[in-house]
Amino acid sequence: MFENLTQKLGAVFDRLKRRGALSEADVDAALREVRVALLEADVALPVVKDFILGVRMKAVGQDVIRSVTPGQMVIKIVHDHLVDTLGAAASEINLRATPPVPILMVGLQGSGKTTTTAKLALRLVGRDKKKVLMASLDVRRPAAQEQLAVLGTQANVPTLPIVAGQDPVAIARRAMETGAKEGYDVVLLDTAGRLSIDEELMAEAASVRDAVKPAETLLVVDAMTGQDAVNTAKAFNEKIGVTGIVLTRVDGDARGGAALSMRAVTGRPIKLIGLGEKLDALDVFHPDRIAGRILGMGDVVGLVERAAETVEREDAEALAKKVQKGEFDFDDMAAQLKQLRKMGGLSGVMGMLPGIGKIKQQMADAKVDDRLVRRQEAIIASMTRAERKNVKLLNGSRRRRIATGSGTSVEDVNRLVKQFMEMSRMVKQVSKLGQKGMMRAGISSLFRR
Amino acid sequence: MSWFQKLKAGLQRSSNRLVDGINRALGRKRIDAATLAELEDALIEADLGPAVAHRLCEKLRARKLDGAEGDAVRRALADEISLILAPVARPFVPAPANRPHVVLVVGVNGSGKTTTIGKFANQLAAQGKRVMIAAGDTFRAAAIEQLRIWGERANVPVIIGAEHSDPAALAFTALERAKAGNVDVLLIDTAGRLHNKADLMAELQKIVRVIRKLDETAPHDTLLVLDATIGQNALQQVETFMSLVAVNGLVVTKLDGTARGGVVVAIAEKFALRVVAIGVGEGIDDLSAFTPDDFARGLLDLDAQP
Repeated sequence: MFENLTQKLGAVFDRLKRRGALSEADVDAALREVRVALLEADVALPVVKDFILGVRMKAVGQDVIRSVTPGQMVIKIVHDHLVDTLGAAASEINLRATPPVPILMVGLQGSGKTTTTAKLALRLVGRDKKKVLMASLDVRRPAAQEQLAVLGTQANVPTLPIVAGQDPVAIARRAMETGAKEGYDVVLLDTAGRLSIDEELMAEAASVRDAVKPAETLLVVDAMTGQDAVNTAKAFNEKIGVTGIVLTRVDGDARGGAALSMRAVTGRPIKLIGLGEKLDALDVFHPDRIAGRILGMGDVVGLVERAAETVEREDAEALAKKVQKGEFDFDDMAAQLKQLRKMGGLSGVMGMLPGIGKIKQQMADAKVDDRLVRRQEAIIASMTRAERKNVKLLNGSRRRRIATGSGTSVEDVNRLVKQFMEMSRMVKQVSKLGQKGMMRAGISSLFRR
Repeated sequence: MSWFQKLKAGLQRSSNRLVDGINRALGRKRIDAATLAELEDALIEADLGPAVAHRLCEKLRARKLDGAEGDAVRRALADEISLILAPVARPFVPAPANRPHVVLVVGVNGSGKTTTIGKFANQLAAQGKRVMIAAGDTFRAAAIEQLRIWGERANVPVIIGAEHSDPAALAFTALERAKAGNVDVLLIDTAGRLHNKADLMAELQKIVRVIRKLDETAPHDTLLVLDATIGQNALQQVETFMSLVAVNGLVVTKLDGTARGGVVVAIAEKFALRVVAIGVGEGIDDLSAFTPDDFARGLLDLDAQP
């Protein structure tokens, strides 16, 4: 997806050769692509519209940092605005109330409330050393109360004994009484899943709220949720009152635009994210990571920032000049490897790049890792100056010497030479495209064999 | 510019009733850009996705419509959508030749698989079919218990294994028993799984492999259950489930809420995957046939056809 966004933004800006401040027209063209990207990530339309307005105000007239393309610049502005909108990191669960502190879990059917309840209980017990009681108020779905009881056993967190036929408000009261009597710090109340338009069930949740006055009412939302996120957030917030959001199934590959919608509509922080079926798979929310996901980009922003820090512009320009002349030697390759390593090594760069999954697989297949980069640098360092300038000198005996000198094998040297040949061929091909194309092809060619 | 075009341009600028009346008198007119933009937004908000929404509205742009007012345009758009959906609206019909007809039900967590199976079992049993359920979700706490209760409600036997036992083994046993008991339809529940978890997808493939030892043609249907609230990720889900376990039908659940499930249109366009039923509530009878016209009208907030 992000490939789409960068490519599209690239296409938008490639047409404009000039640099400097971003003009209104540039920004608008870019924002049209950003709009589509956000919609594809399931950010709700009204939220997208507001968001685009906000970004537009920030972006018009911004200076483009050197060593970053205008497209990347726009992405950075979009990303930063997204992080701002998503809110601060690590908003803790509010336990500032007289114990037992009631916490109410609400959400649609199948959003993951019960599993999240157990995960949260485990977290409060383990991290915060709290004594936690769980109670299921779900008298609708068959075996829902049993489900929480089983999870309680697994997590070793007590659950309120099930009394058949009790209504949710009565169960909630009983839970609070038990909590007070038996000295619990926190009582987690897991409610039945309900549709936001189900007046009766919404009223029921509201009366549970009135009965126990929860310190937190957490809305549990599936990260895969589409445009309906707005309706859900609005309804739950208006009718029950939400204090925080838990985003579940973040371990899936949905882009998670619902996070932005929820946050924008309720104004409430996203407190926790669910990352798997295991009971310890619950983490605090990092807005920057979700932002990267929503834009489908891995942490490209980090890459841009680090590139700006580490890639010396003179080096890049010198390389570009050589490329334009169609010259590329082992010294240049070594320089590229060094830059790569400065930026956090292959795995560091990989983690930040889009389409990571595929490349990671390719890397695994090719058994490429960071040590390979170091080894390749060692091989180049073991060459004579003349060899580095002229690959044709590398006959069998020279290769053996280089292998011994660098502590590698002749195959390793052969592989490097082959890679170098490929790179220089590519360099010749892309030299017409200018520096940017070269840098891209140069780095990515390292991952092929 | 001809006098007619001039007249029309002039008329479009003003907006009083008289002008509308004249427009109507003049017959067909083009749909204006604002209406189209509004419709495109409506489609996006129904989860069709920006690309499909745009394409559908582009189709309308070229057309001239009688009146061309809000509702008429909406209806025209609903018709376009209904055309896309018509070929995929094919209910689920167990073939009597299959002894039994094996249905594997798959989907991500919380999409409503277990509830859907309960409803299917009830519906098929009411049609006089002999139905059996295999409680293949051995992972989620109390999932087996949930299905057992559904089985009681539908009066259908449920084959149960131990929690955390191998679902493939359970499916095998269930199919053996179904064959011996001359059952017409065997519904196999599975644990919810995210499609990007390779090991869990491999587990599903194992279920298929194992039941094929008893019946090479099984499963005869593999149904993916999709929650209507889902957004564009449904496309990835469908693609993965189709390629790994040959899903050949969709059930869209929770359509009784505010979510419209518009991504089904994008799925129909891209994968031509049939929609066998829709879930419209938590009751045992809340399973309906998928009717493209009603669905399309629902997407655009039009009342269902009488």
